[in-house]
Amino acid sequence: MSAEIEVRVNGKSYRNQVEPRLLLVHYLRDLLGLTGTHVGCETSICGACTVLLNGKAVKSCTMLAVQASGCEITTIEGVSALAPTNGSGLHPVQEGFWEEHGLQCGFCTPGMIITSVDLLRRNASPSQTEIRDAFSGNLCRCTGYQHIVKAVEYAAKKMKSRKR
Amino acid sequence: MPEANRYLGKPLKRKEDPRLIQGLAHYVDDLVLPGLHHAAILRSPYAHAQIRSIDVSKAQSAPGVVLVLTGADIRDSIGVVPCAAQIPDMKAAPRPVLAHDRVRFVGEGVAVVVAADRYAARDAIDLIEVDYQPLTPVVDPEKAIEKSSPVLYEGYKDNIAYRWQLEGGNLKAAFKNADKVIKQRMVNQRLIPVAMETRGVVAEYKPGERQLTVWSSTQIPHLLRTQLAAMLDQPEHSVRVITPEVGGGFGSKLNVYAEEALVGFLAMRLGKPVKWIETRRENFQNTIHGRDQIQDVEVAFKRDGTILGLRVHALADLGAYYQLLTPLIPTLTGLMASGCYKIPAIGVEIIGVLTNKMSTDAYRGAGRPEATYMIERVLDLVAAELKKDPADVRRKNFPKLADFPYATPTGVIYDSANYPRSLDLALKNSGYKKLRQEQVKARKQGRCVGIGLSTYVEICAMGPSSAMPAGGWESSTVRVEPSGMVNLMTGASPHGQGQETSFAQLGAEILGIEPADVNVIHGDTAIVPYGIGTFGSRGTAVGGTAAYMSLMKLRGKLATLAGFLLDVDPAKLVFSKMKIFVKSQPSKSIGFGEVVAAAYSAKKLPPGMEPGLDATSFFEPGNFTFPFGAHVCVVEIDKETGDVRLMKYVAVDDCGNVLNPLLVDGQVHGGIVQSFGQAMLEEAVYDEQGQLITGELMDYAIPRAADLPWMETDRTVTPSPVNPLGVKGVGEAGTIGATPALANAVADALSPYGVRHVDMPFKRERIWKLMQASSRRAK
Repeated sequence: MSAEIEVRVNGKSYRNQVEPRLLLVHYLRDLLGLTGTHVGCETSICGACTVLLNGKAVKSCTMLAVQASGCEITTIEGVSALAPTNGSGLHPVQEGFWEEHGLQCGFCTPGMIITSVDLLRRNASPSQTEIRDAFSGNLCRCTGYQHIVKAVEYAAKKMKSRKR
Repeated sequence: MPEANRYLGKPLKRKEDPRLIQGLAHYVDDLVLPGLHHAAILRSPYAHAQIRSIDVSKAQSAPGVVLVLTGADIRDSIGVVPCAAQIPDMKAAPRPVLAHDRVRFVGEGVAVVVAADRYAARDAIDLIEVDYQPLTPVVDPEKAIEKSSPVLYEGYKDNIAYRWQLEGGNLKAAFKNADKVIKQRMVNQRLIPVAMETRGVVAEYKPGERQLTVWSSTQIPHLLRTQLAAMLDQPEHSVRVITPEVGGGFGSKLNVYAEEALVGFLAMRLGKPVKWIETRRENFQNTIHGRDQIQDVEVAFKRDGTILGLRVHALADLGAYYQLLTPLIPTLTGLMASGCYKIPAIGVEIIGVLTNKMSTDAYRGAGRPEATYMIERVLDLVAAELKKDPADVRRKNFPKLADFPYATPTGVIYDSANYPRSLDLALKNSGYKKLRQEQVKARKQGRCVGIGLSTYVEICAMGPSSAMPAGGWESSTVRVEPSGMVNLMTGASPHGQGQETSFAQLGAEILGIEPADVNVIHGDTAIVPYGIGTFGSRGTAVGGTAAYMSLMKLRGKLATLAGFLLDVDPAKLVFSKMKIFVKSQPSKSIGFGEVVAAAYSAKKLPPGMEPGLDATSFFEPGNFTFPFGAHVCVVEIDKETGDVRLMKYVAVDDCGNVLNPLLVDGQVHGGIVQSFGQAMLEEAVYDEQGQLITGELMDYAIPRAADLPWMETDRTVTPSPVNPLGVKGVGEAGTIGATPALANAVADALSPYGVRHVDMPFKRERIWKLMQASSRRAK
């Protein structure tokens, strides 16, 4: 049994026949080769699989590919196209993670970056508490989160200054 | 070290990051090979059972399935999981790659399916029928050592794996001369490491070249290669191990796992590449656990706070089988029982116990957090008993600066330290005096506030080869390519620590070039000379030193050649800003690239000099290093709910010289937060049937961003004399120093309730019950 889906991922259109039970994360990774989105827990707890679905952060490990049909998806590979990049080719959030040492092993990082992009879309000047709360569905075992908070603060500042 | 540092000690941002922040890195599961097949493993639902029979016929005929194998099918083809640790009179507990007669923990593999895709493999394991004869599980380690307990292994009369004893100083006299003796039982609960990337293996066999390549998420590529070759009965040069990007380890990937050999075997058997990616549930059940000791402690001391003697009796739950270092880890607790104190007499007995659980092994800190927790709780118990400030009791027992190198009664020699300095700085940075005043006020207002202190020392930079099961040195090869670009190969195998950056800083500093021109290569046994790996806070202290030595060797050759070309004494040459020149005479100068070109064109070389530019060094450390520090924290407990909130955290760590402070801060933060996890949230719970009921991230809480306050970190610098870089290592400091500070804060908060000690984790229910019981007593 298979079903046809049609999605736009990072600005490109795809039409595929998939098993109805295929997880969105496996669709992105195995069929489209977008391996920047990771599988960390298979239960929506860790957030390593977070992608933007119609602009909102969702866990792609507990969503079926067929449920995403007709949707616009952004993965870590496409995130830099969402904001002015200042010539670096990086989204300000990516820059922030690099500048502030917001990552160590890097496995949770794509999900952290996607969640940060989602937060800053809703709240351009988040407080530290708001930043920490935004990561309620993203786990990091390496950094202790402090540099991640700084990374988001860096990005918020950068994004504001670039808008001006 | 070069005189004026341009890069060393500077907070350079990481070279690793661009690929990681753009989704361009490759972890094991990101690898795709033509014809790739997928393996899934059927695991035991029983903690203890006899396998009567296995029927794989339905699975074999399932769509897409190419192979199904049981433990019985492979037992003669793959060796057991290796254990490198040996303790005198230790019982053997070898783990077969798949169980073939008896299963001994929930999650032990019994059969494997290989199929054309991931989902088909996973579907097919449900079609395998196993007939188990359940046996009584052995779960509680204290009951496991009773004579009436069932035993895990036929032929053994009990479940005691070993008794390990250590005694130094005159214990009898210490306890005889004491004014007071306190006894306390402490439980250091079992933890699950939870690297964000689970384990994973891809293997490919090329029969023409007789070459098995195994990509594995591991911390020890070379040791793994040696062990895999032995398990699969292949010559070692036929096995190549590659560690792609590794998504965290924390010791859980410092091991040789059944699946690494199994997937290699499957690839050879099928002639097709095979991938196995651990699910999170498998990771909880089947990747090593940490800690799990029950300690009975007895301390003898004088009225002035001087500690005279310490007796520790610990029961260490090893689980059902030995992984690579399982039996060794608890003995590190014994070695470090003295903490950063001068205790004249110490006696330790550790009983290793076999139970129907996953093996314990090295989890960040590995045996030392258990020691530090114990001794730091003891210091606070003494302070509370004598109604003295815990900082004063600590100061009273620090060794004097003149005592260094300080030999403990447990037989280790602390390299260098200044414990009062780190304590003073931590007290100053936290405003300790004021905190105590505020605590008095808060208590008057009816609030439950606690202040916790820990002064720790850890044993790191593992270590001299004489003390290490598989050697304790590290290797490095540096090669300057004809273009002038430098490839620096290290036997260390970083997986998040950032040594692609810090070693590039080292290379740039020594050769007077840019960090961007130094490419650090690790984790491929076909490219990098044999090495030991990254664990035990050794990456920089041992691996970095090897890198330093190879770089200095290479610099020597460059200087000789440059001196020859410039017609000056090589000893007078300075390497800086892409040039090699005479310091007092900068016009006598030659470009770095020109010297490199001369080495490769080989048209004008000093007599006897070989062409080319590379150098290899192996560093054998003369001792471990002993980083230390002082942590202070404040907690407040909600009296209505028992909720413990961490309000303030101040850390002062001394890891010797620092190559990159940004990376050190990151290590310290991460370590403290893992400590916070142990103190407040984490506990691997097996029920009485041996079921792991905290078997997913849904049931096992690790710290989240919102759980934590801003951590204030600072450093003192006491260079280590053990290596020329003067570095001590920092990977485990946070997990060693922070847990006791948090526990001491909670005990301090609860002291008005008459609570002297409470075991971790400090979950609301436990704390609330204690407070309620005390209120009832008061009534």
